[in-house]
Amino acid sequence: MAHDVITQKPGDFKIVPTSAIPLVAIVYVGLLVAVATNRLWALDFFHVVGGACWTAVDLFLGFVVGPIIGTMSIPARMEFSKKFMPKMVLLMPTLVIATLAGGWQLARHEGFILSSDKHHPWVVASMIVVGVLAVVALGFLEPANIGVLFELKKENPNGEVIGKLMKRFLYTAGITGVMQVATLIIMTRIATL
Amino acid sequence: MKKKLPPISELSVLVLAVVVAGGVYLAAHLPKHTTLVPTTLAVVIAGGIVLVNLILLRQIKEFDWKVFTTVAKWTLLAYGLFAAALEYIFIKDGSRGGVLGLMTATLIIFAINLPIHFGFTVARYSNTKN
Repeated sequence: MAHDVITQKPGDFKIVPTSAIPLVAIVYVGLLVAVATNRLWALDFFHVVGGACWTAVDLFLGFVVGPIIGTMSIPARMEFSKKFMPKMVLLMPTLVIATLAGGWQLARHEGFILSSDKHHPWVVASMIVVGVLAVVALGFLEPANIGVLFELKKENPNGEVIGKLMKRFLYTAGITGVMQVATLIIMTRIATL
Repeated sequence: MKKKLPPISELSVLVLAVVVAGGVYLAAHLPKHTTLVPTTLAVVIAGGIVLVNLILLRQIKEFDWKVFTTVAKWTLLAYGLFAAALEYIFIKDGSRGGVLGLMTATLIIFAINLPIHFGFTVARYSNTKN
């Protein structure tokens, strides 16, 4: 693999976009209020909105943006990553916790977690899919994302390292995209049983 | 030439897989009484691997500890809050005793493992020459 040396200006971006933290805090507080009050609408809102956004982002990234990035030159990927990846650092964990916490409480509220319930096998299937997603996202995708951002912060970012980590990011984004298709099948089945 | 580092990332992914499997098993059987053996085993194995990882981490001589600490600190904050929110939910849902203990242990391992994993994965590339 070519050892690309990128001679662009060092990254003048924030790895964690701190200006968006208040928005994340609002979502977290709202979620905790929804759980504490156990209101069906609020739980449904966090689960459906969080899940829809999470699934849409994963599908779009895995099947649309990912393959496009794969064909871009290393400098173009770097430029894209500088603007795109910091947003993912805050966005994805927020969507995931809203979806999972809202979904768990919703399933409990509706009795879907009871093994006697007809929805239970599908709920367990969704837990397994989420488990695989968690391992892929937290084990491979997110560290690669942060690794790229740290590399881009350097005086002379190493194109080889960025290329390697981006490849990992793109492959795992594809896997999460496939897992999200499974989520769509499971969730639409639960809703229509 | 880059020095070979211990398989900390690989072990961290294994920990993640084990705690997720244990958590899913337990959650799939709630609220009915079920054997806690599989989840207990998962927690013990995962906890043991985290300890091994910490020992391996301490043995690394040349490493960018500054980057490791920065990443680990932020990850601990983010996923610590994540774990705290889940713990609150389990308590609010009425989980008590052994089930709550196992869930708590799972979340603690999860919240400790991720900072090690993220910090190590980022810091290992930090000293790469341009």
